[in-house]
Amino acid sequence: MSARDEIFASLRRSLRVTGEEAPRRAAVAARLAQTPIGVIPARGQGDAATRIATFTSEALRAAATVTELADADEVPGEIARYLREGNMPATLRMGADPRLAGLPWGATSIEISHGASDGDDANALSVAFSAVAETGTLALRSGPDNPTTLNFLPDNHIVLVFARDVVGDYESVFARLRAEHGAGALPRTLNFITGPSRSADIEQTLLFGAHGPRRLHIVLVGGD
Amino acid sequence: MTSIITTPRFKDNVHEALVDSRLQRAMHHAQNFVPRRAAAVARLPEFEALRNSARDIKNHTLAHLDLYLEAYEEKVIEAGGHVHYARDAAEARRVFLDLCETRGAKAVTKGKSMISEEIGLNQAMEAAGIEAIETDLGEYIIQLRDEAPSHIIAPAIHVTRDDVEADFRKAHRDLPADRDLSQPEQLLAEARGILRDKFLAADIGVTGANFLIAETGTSVIVTNEGNGDLTQILPKVHVVIASLEKVVPTLDDAAQLLRVLARSATGQDMSVYTTLSTGPSRPEDPDGPEEYHVILLDNGRSAMLGGQFRDMLRCIRCGACMNHCPVYQAVGGHAYGWVYPGPMGAVLTPSLIGVADGGQLPNASTFCGRCESVCPMHIPLPKMMRHWREREFERHLAPATIRYGLGVWSFFAERPALYRIATDVAMRALSLLGRRKGRFASLPFAGGWTQYRDLSAPEGSTFQAQWRAKSGAVK
Repeated sequence: MSARDEIFASLRRSLRVTGEEAPRRAAVAARLAQTPIGVIPARGQGDAATRIATFTSEALRAAATVTELADADEVPGEIARYLREGNMPATLRMGADPRLAGLPWGATSIEISHGASDGDDANALSVAFSAVAETGTLALRSGPDNPTTLNFLPDNHIVLVFARDVVGDYESVFARLRAEHGAGALPRTLNFITGPSRSADIEQTLLFGAHGPRRLHIVLVGGD
Repeated sequence: MTSIITTPRFKDNVHEALVDSRLQRAMHHAQNFVPRRAAAVARLPEFEALRNSARDIKNHTLAHLDLYLEAYEEKVIEAGGHVHYARDAAEARRVFLDLCETRGAKAVTKGKSMISEEIGLNQAMEAAGIEAIETDLGEYIIQLRDEAPSHIIAPAIHVTRDDVEADFRKAHRDLPADRDLSQPEQLLAEARGILRDKFLAADIGVTGANFLIAETGTSVIVTNEGNGDLTQILPKVHVVIASLEKVVPTLDDAAQLLRVLARSATGQDMSVYTTLSTGPSRPEDPDGPEEYHVILLDNGRSAMLGGQFRDMLRCIRCGACMNHCPVYQAVGGHAYGWVYPGPMGAVLTPSLIGVADGGQLPNASTFCGRCESVCPMHIPLPKMMRHWREREFERHLAPATIRYGLGVWSFFAERPALYRIATDVAMRALSLLGRRKGRFASLPFAGGWTQYRDLSAPEGSTFQAQWRAKSGAVK
């Protein structure tokens, strides 16, 4: 018997089932098809303005920084300010997201490059697929628009969040993903990111910038 | 990296741990977990409801585990991944080494994985001439020290800052000897720099999984450092090693479990990186692995599903039970002698390595119940430790003195009238003998107690006698 067969036989022996029982199969099929929602904390709920306020305060608690802008055209200027004030190099790597390509980068002196990171980039910019108010969490999808390596290799990660993408809870992110990718399908990588990289492995002392970005800066656009 | 099981000499391990002043200093930091968890729980009014929800999800999943595994497997394959099954540790190692060999892998980066510890993967790689690189800071530190983790989420909790500095100076000989490593920040920066190069050069990345999702064929890892992510997106091959019971039905079910996981573990509302990986990278993706493999390990779990220890399969490895355990806090994780320490280890270890070797662990409990009270999955840990004690007793594995003592006790306990008379006589005698000092510095049959502290002399009557007098007065 193969390992697979033997393991399934052992599972079914323990459960005293054959695997063919119709009610069991129906229960499993129903749960996978209906994806019932469990307990949702009240903290992340509310109208758009409330969600944005909660998202911002929770992201700050997680040691991210947050700037709110009325219009996307202000993004290059804000990033230039952020890099300058943090004494960081005026470089920025980003993916092919059309929402970034259309911004007025020419008005700044930032040196822009495109594509996945090979580990030599100081700064990266991504657009969040969604953001979760409940815990100040960003949701980012892999793909050419926003390569996953940009989320981890650069020292400073800047993430653009459109206000209309701020939802209350993780379940709402999953609902949006199902709407775009179809039921039962996901992009290769989905990152939920809550604050910058950290470690407390040395005497429980909290230190930032363990292997991922040392700083996480969130630029929230169109909140009002 | 040691894989030697020292669980059978648990008592000696404990004695050594208690007099190890360096360990005792380091274990002081483990107490930080308790207030952090309490604060996170206090901030979330729905925490209890989520605990119940999480327990119910896992119970439902375990009752249908065969079917959810089938559904999960189908989805992994649909996404372009491969699923391998391993009945035991040796088979899991063999499957993994085969993958390494056929791909000519020389260097393997690793995210933190308790399953990889359970199957002794690092030793197997070493023996096969493959470089295994632990990338979680705590795991990296203990790999340099050739030690096993002493905590399931804080593997180097037993190590002091001074130890880490000494280990780094010894291991990183290419760096200037006069560099300043006095601050934890400098130690972190040094590890970051060294591991960054390893991440970029690795042929295969191995991670564990906090959850496997049947709905989408997804593996989920939860980390704070980002090392697990660099491990699973940079090399050409991503291999997930996980045990059968990690599967949950849907994304929404995983969300319920995630809400109790980080809060119970580190007291964070959400860990920094929660990452869902589904299959290999897609044709249009500019990064990510070309191959995605999952090795599903049984190693005794399918049998556990049918017995008294089934509830243990709900465990999500948060570490709250050990963080709140007075025994763990006093002796640390290495004393437990194998991969899983603390109350969850005391229940799981005998299941996985056998009661003959692991049977002492369930005795390392005062039954104070704190582990069960903080377990996000409502696992009845004390009850299950009691089951193990019963089995140990039935199988005549307990030492003769304990068996004899329990025999004497049960003789009296089953005869209440005799018990009352015997305890009454004993109390009076002790009270009379100890009346001058009010305590005993030594007493026959109680050397284990009086060697370290005095025994207070009884004040004349038993609890039962006082209770009778009191309830008589009330009536």
